[in-house]
Amino acid sequence: MAVPSPKSPEQSERSRKYDRQLRLWGDQGQQDLETAHVCLINATALGTEILKSLVLPGIGAFTIIDNEVITEEDIGSNFFLTADRIGEKRGSIASQLLCELNPDTRGHFIDECLLKLLDLNPGLFNTFNIVVTTSLHEKEIIDLSHKLWTYNIPLLVCQSYGFFGSMRLQLAEHTMIKTHPDNQNPDLRLDCPFQKLKAHFDTYDLEALDLTNHLHVPYLIILYKHLEKWRNDIGDVNVLPETYKQKQVIRENIKNSIRKHENGTLHHEENFEEAIRSVNFAYNRTSLSENIQLILKDEKLMNLTSNSQPFWIMARALKDFVDNEGCGRLPVRGTLPDMTADTFKYISLQQLYHEQAAKDAEAVYNRVQQLLQNVNLPDDTITEQDIKIFCKHASELCVIRGTRIADEYERKGNADNEISQSLEDPDSLIEHYIILRGIERFYSEYYTYPGEIDEQVEPDIPKLKLCISKLLSEWGCMSSTKEDYIHEYCRYGKSELHSVSSFIGGCVSHEIIKIITRQYKPVNNSFVFNAINCSTESFTL
Amino acid sequence: MCDNDHRRWNHLKKILERSSPFCHPDFEPGTGILEFLQNSCKLLVVGAGGLGCELLKDLAMMGFGDVHVIDMDTIDLSNLNRQFLFRRKDVNSSKAEVAAKFINERVPTCRVTPHHCKIQDKSEDFYRNFHFVVCGLDSVVARRWINGMLISLLSYDDNQQLDNSTVIPLIDGGTEGFKGNVRVIIPGITPCIDCTLDLFPPQVTYPLCTIASTPRLPEHCIEYVKLIQWPKENPFDSNIDTDDPVHISWIYEKSLERADEFGINGVNYRLVQGVIKNIIPAVASTNAVIAAACVTEAFKVATSCCPLLNNYAVFNNADGIYTYTYEAERKSDCITCSPRKAKYLDIDDTNMRLEKIIEILCEHQQYQMKNPALTIELDGKRKTLYMPNVPSIELKTRPNLKMTLEQLGIADGCKLLVADITNPRAFEIILKIKNNCVSME
Ligand SMILES: [Zn+2]
Repeated sequence: MAVPSPKSPEQSERSRKYDRQLRLWGDQGQQDLETAHVCLINATALGTEILKSLVLPGIGAFTIIDNEVITEEDIGSNFFLTADRIGEKRGSIASQLLCELNPDTRGHFIDECLLKLLDLNPGLFNTFNIVVTTSLHEKEIIDLSHKLWTYNIPLLVCQSYGFFGSMRLQLAEHTMIKTHPDNQNPDLRLDCPFQKLKAHFDTYDLEALDLTNHLHVPYLIILYKHLEKWRNDIGDVNVLPETYKQKQVIRENIKNSIRKHENGTLHHEENFEEAIRSVNFAYNRTSLSENIQLILKDEKLMNLTSNSQPFWIMARALKDFVDNEGCGRLPVRGTLPDMTADTFKYISLQQLYHEQAAKDAEAVYNRVQQLLQNVNLPDDTITEQDIKIFCKHASELCVIRGTRIADEYERKGNADNEISQSLEDPDSLIEHYIILRGIERFYSEYYTYPGEIDEQVEPDIPKLKLCISKLLSEWGCMSSTKEDYIHEYCRYGKSELHSVSSFIGGCVSHEIIKIITRQYKPVNNSFVFNAINCSTESFTL
Repeated sequence: MCDNDHRRWNHLKKILERSSPFCHPDFEPGTGILEFLQNSCKLLVVGAGGLGCELLKDLAMMGFGDVHVIDMDTIDLSNLNRQFLFRRKDVNSSKAEVAAKFINERVPTCRVTPHHCKIQDKSEDFYRNFHFVVCGLDSVVARRWINGMLISLLSYDDNQQLDNSTVIPLIDGGTEGFKGNVRVIIPGITPCIDCTLDLFPPQVTYPLCTIASTPRLPEHCIEYVKLIQWPKENPFDSNIDTDDPVHISWIYEKSLERADEFGINGVNYRLVQGVIKNIIPAVASTNAVIAAACVTEAFKVATSCCPLLNNYAVFNNADGIYTYTYEAERKSDCITCSPRKAKYLDIDDTNMRLEKIIEILCEHQQYQMKNPALTIELDGKRKTLYMPNVPSIELKTRPNLKMTLEQLGIADGCKLLVADITNPRAFEIILKIKNNCVSME
């Protein structure tokens, strides 16, 4: 009996260790993760919690930038610091203890002030795939935001404050191919069957089939036949059923074509029942979603150069395909949902979709080759495999263009619509984003946090309130924030609760994994967590 | 508390020693609360896996001093991508023991006591000991059992008033891939796990005829080898051991052969493992999020510093980050937490066989049992109808499965006593038989 050799990839220690996550982002995603280098600024509890959920799944490397020493308070909130190291460098100890989690990850530590690094060695930041920060002050956020925006390196600014936390993502441009949409309609092409599919449909004569075969016809064929019949009945060979009434007529027709026993009762034909259930989505017109239309109109793909990213070269080839051989449609996806059928009927149908997908992908590939030549890039810049994946996921492509965080800090007198509108909604968490901004402003003015010492809780309430109303008036907002919340934040006095940091840390880690693997859509672009009632909210600033 | 320890908890002390507009009405800020967390509050963590490791860390860091953890499992290599208290050298050791040792060394203010055993091995007296329980399990059955246990500890006075001192709150977390949920259960007061059984998604199963004669998917081929080919060929003279790579390899090869025969693509080793072991994808980040939400609620339960989650939250970060909280409702006829209400089962007629009754109990939305044992009271005498867990009695009672209710002497209104692994206590179900004329004659 043959036993697979222990060298087979499925058996390797690495794939066994990472098995549970490989089932989500696949080998390519894992490889992207293992070659990525993330930079953390400030090894607070939130900071180490973020790194923890990156080191465990096997990120290639991290660098901690931190010039603080460990205090007693740190020990009470940060799991990756210990009491016997109080007084030592925080980033160094955190890096050591985090590296223990996974021997595959390399950890580095830089003992330097952020502003000084930005001044003396800004090129350092261009070596990371992504930078994530915790507990930064206003000036640091602004300088870092400018620098990373010019380098086009993603930046995540995070905070954990009492029972609240926030995250703000800065991405100049982010392109994704595999976004893993939750409920995607299958790509069936009943409205426009390609030649071989049409020929295959035509080989069937449902009424002539014996009962066994009738019970095993894939619902797709039933739907096609009934589309033809319905079109015939109303005398229009191009129309598609769109209204409920039209679809109901077809459902009735399908039901009436179920075979009957001699005593007149219906046979149990699962495939016909599936056909009836599928009427609602299966006759959808094959077309480009608004999102894809926008991507195919993007100026990035109109003016390709040798600096263009592969995504935009492939997108241009896709556009040319759609405009020519695709007749306005994307390449065939090539996957078929499962349906009641016998093996032969199902597999032959599946094969047709698969072959057409390969044919379409090849057409796109030829166009990509031509485009690469035009801009003087080597042929192997984009592989055939890359194109296959791109075409298979063509309907779910996504491009995010973000905004610069520094603009939010430097904007004057220009009312921000999202903020004003959200403030009108009493349940919106945007209020907390504003209060957290107010606290940063408070620190810039007083070099302390509101309520940091017990005696200051009450006196700091009006001071914080003033900071916030100044901010709001700078933005041209008329609204104000609730007095109760301002009191609550002064109660916190910059306390960092471990379980709150752990929640936000987990959220932020996954956003980083999404950005590194370019799979799944990240938050665009801000996020607030309220641990008092376990709620979260995202908004675009 | 020494001075170091005092400053260590400065973060928590601001929350616990200052008042606020959002406090729970019972909250009285002061130094006593942290003392309580550190010295008196005793709680149980069920499960030391993906969620369990996170729960233990979070609880220790939130000031809890006396934590017990129970888990029967040992550490597997595939745990290391998220169960961060374990290292390569710990593979095959007890999860509960390694996790406890790690926390005790890292956070000296917390003492974790491990219990390397099944939850069913512990008595009521063990569970009665705790102020509350936090659950981080991947098994619905175990979750239901713990839920049933905590509800069975409730006591009511003569006026059917609940004795509040017997209430042990349960905080339950669950994850699957990028999804998760958290709920707070106050037994006897808020909805329990069995009140909301319909929230668990049904398991994917394939019809046997598809597997046997019309396979279309790689999964069909794998199920064929597992359900039909393995029992027939019995290649290693044993049942399938899902942890034995030789067994999995055999299934992989046979599935591949079958797939080739039918022209089906997509059988690979990872898929074979996934289908055979019913693997649920898991990542560190989701476990971190859900455990953190559980421990935040645990902290609220213990300190009253904030109102509790009321009572269910779902989380999903596959597309952006999404949470939704809502108030699940208690079921007035819940099989577990409404003890004073009689439970009924509607049966068509007495010609039904006993095995059908068992099938109904397993598929019934409200009961969802796994492997029930049935006893009945006839003429004041207990009679065992079927007992699956004791081999000798199973053999003796097996013929009953093929008998009809009528043959077994069961009529409308009979009380069926049902015991199942989903609940620590057996309970009575009254049979309501529509067509009872046969036995009336
Ligand atoms: Zn209940």
